[in-house]
Amino acid sequence: MAYKNYILVCGGTGCESAKADEIYKNLLHEAEAQGVKGDVQVVKTGCFGFCEKGPIVKVLPSESFYVEVKPEDAKEIIAEQVVKGREVKRLLYKKDQKTADTVKVEDIEFYQKQFRIVLRNCGVINPESIDEYVARDGYAALEKVLFEMKPEDVIAELKTAGLRGRGGAGFPTWRKWEFSRTPVADQKYVVCNADEGDPGAYMDRSTIEGDPHSVIEAMTICGKTIGATKGYVYIRAEYPLAIDRLKIALQQARDYGLLGKNILGSGFDFDLEIRLGAGAFVCGEETALLQSVEGKRGMPVPRPPFPAVKGLWGKPTVINNVETWANIPVIINKGGAWFAKIGTETSKGTKVFALTGKINNSGLVEVPMGTTLREIIFDIGGGIKGGKKFKGAQTGGPSGGIITSDFLDTPIDYESLTSLGSMMGSGGLIVMDEDDCVVNISKFYMEFCVDESCGKCSPCRVGTNQMHAILEKITDGKGTREDLAKLHKIGAAMKKAALCGLGQTAPNPTLSTIKYFEKEYLEHIDERKCVAGKCKKLVVFEVIPEKCIGCGLCARRCPVNCIAGEKKQPHVIDKMKCIKCGECYNACKFGAIVKK
Amino acid sequence: MPEATIEFSKELTDFIQEWKDKPGNLIMLLHRIQGEFGYIPRAAAEKLSRLVGLPLAKIYGVITFYHYFKTTKPGKHRIAICLGTACYLKGAQSLIEEAESILGVKGEEVTDDGLFSIDPVRCIGCCGLAPVLMIGNDVYGKLTKEQMPDIIAKYRNA
Repeated sequence: MAYKNYILVCGGTGCESAKADEIYKNLLHEAEAQGVKGDVQVVKTGCFGFCEKGPIVKVLPSESFYVEVKPEDAKEIIAEQVVKGREVKRLLYKKDQKTADTVKVEDIEFYQKQFRIVLRNCGVINPESIDEYVARDGYAALEKVLFEMKPEDVIAELKTAGLRGRGGAGFPTWRKWEFSRTPVADQKYVVCNADEGDPGAYMDRSTIEGDPHSVIEAMTICGKTIGATKGYVYIRAEYPLAIDRLKIALQQARDYGLLGKNILGSGFDFDLEIRLGAGAFVCGEETALLQSVEGKRGMPVPRPPFPAVKGLWGKPTVINNVETWANIPVIINKGGAWFAKIGTETSKGTKVFALTGKINNSGLVEVPMGTTLREIIFDIGGGIKGGKKFKGAQTGGPSGGIITSDFLDTPIDYESLTSLGSMMGSGGLIVMDEDDCVVNISKFYMEFCVDESCGKCSPCRVGTNQMHAILEKITDGKGTREDLAKLHKIGAAMKKAALCGLGQTAPNPTLSTIKYFEKEYLEHIDERKCVAGKCKKLVVFEVIPEKCIGCGLCARRCPVNCIAGEKKQPHVIDKMKCIKCGECYNACKFGAIVKK
Repeated sequence: MPEATIEFSKELTDFIQEWKDKPGNLIMLLHRIQGEFGYIPRAAAEKLSRLVGLPLAKIYGVITFYHYFKTTKPGKHRIAICLGTACYLKGAQSLIEEAESILGVKGEEVTDDGLFSIDPVRCIGCCGLAPVLMIGNDVYGKLTKEQMPDIIAKYRNA
């Protein structure tokens, strides 16, 4: 090692938002000020995944794992660790704040069950340095494909690996490539879907932010395999950091002769361009995405013909999502057989999940297919926040469904999730606790789909609106049992008749919650009651006279002046005027106000 | 149609020239225009229509399809409140209501002094920090609505 210490600072969006950049600059400044500049290299990496505890700083070779670091901690880290060679105990990760026992990185339960293929370089290398990527076998796979392998070999390797698309539906990747390879065309295209629209998922963003070259390398490999010379990365405009890092990486690859004309002297030409999305969820659907790359309204077109045969500007086009791409260099390097050993019978490799919601350790986790939800939520995720009860986990976002505690031990793969009425989706995993109302959440997802429906086909355009109206009726306390039957009927029609994936899957969150939480729907309908207290129109606030001491705090807080009462006498809430904001409930120090 | 009077900076004009003949350029051009003005003024769309030879109807078709493109001028400080699922579960809706009540605006309205507008946005991808809002490039995470007045005050006098 050329340096005595290496300090890795997480530069993912989450940590950057919590001042990671300031930490990075302070560390550089302090190293200089304390005269140890030559002893330490400070590197800004991609996401470590442990977003809950960010910003994260890791020091090598001691593997010190610092969490929730603040910019002013930089001085101490340099003074203690680099100058004196000892760890800053107070910043080390602790399993339990009370006991203050520090835990070694390899023992942190958040990382223990993880297996990193896609995120192999995230939090390890500087994403803005191609040399660091190359030092970790980067572009070795491309070299192999250019000089040692025939296109058929590459496809055979993918077939052995059993890699399936990570964007949602799980179509075998090798087949897409084979479909595009066979036709003869004057131009073919390679497209990366980085239009991560599922609210609550950020795997793709983190992969590009932390390891942009893995995507570039994989797309070039595909170009060589199918005979394409041009590719596009379609990325959300809302991801400025990822776009910047991708731009830097593209330029570096061109400078190194890994993109552009005559790559590595092989005679193969390939180049990539960035195209920005503009906030349309439907553009995650591949035919809509291609329309958008062409600069048009992103509306899906019927398949077949599939993009692999007739895609961008009518030419054969392979389109894969970021996570799928990031797997490919590893498969080429280590072999399809190695990859196929990981995972379950039908689903090979790993899956990255964005673990969020009411969970202790939210963050980015990569686990082998076949890991159970219990392992992800309780072992890696550290269980539910505040010791509350687990209610369900939503996978697949607005297209997926809820998985209840009865199915926590199901090994996760494409088939098992589908059979539970959910889907793999892109990898959002949102945990809900007893305080969440499933009817309210279904309404939230349906509202999202109403907003995002492109309007081209009526099953989706009209269906989402109708389902939303019924859900609103139920959460307003005006629902009837007939409404439930209607939701089923409309949902079934949409699944059959909608043009694209958005419309076909939009009923899923509603149908799956009705299936597993019918009782809760019936409470809303028959008893006009929302146990979780999330459906505002069904909530009633009341004062318990025995507990009220008449301090008047609630009356002063009430924005609509609907609480009255004499001093030191129990107060009363005028239910007709109450807007159910909950201010009084939060203000009362004596627990004298109840939510019913 | 009257000649639109709007000035494009040299950089923007150069960008349009560079991209003019690339296939599928419209969305990239609109991004660049919104980058310059903060939204897409009608006059700019008209000018673009003449510069690249695309019908205005087609340009508006694209602008109105995508959430990202705005046709009205936002406040100087655009408060982007994340409504991704994680943020929603952790109370983002109450942040929006609080901001609306402090600023006295609803929906896409801009405050009378032109300083603020509220924009509920799709997941900005810091779910670990939920609920989150962004003002300019500043991100505020793990928020409660009690923090809202202080955050807004910071920008009011900036």
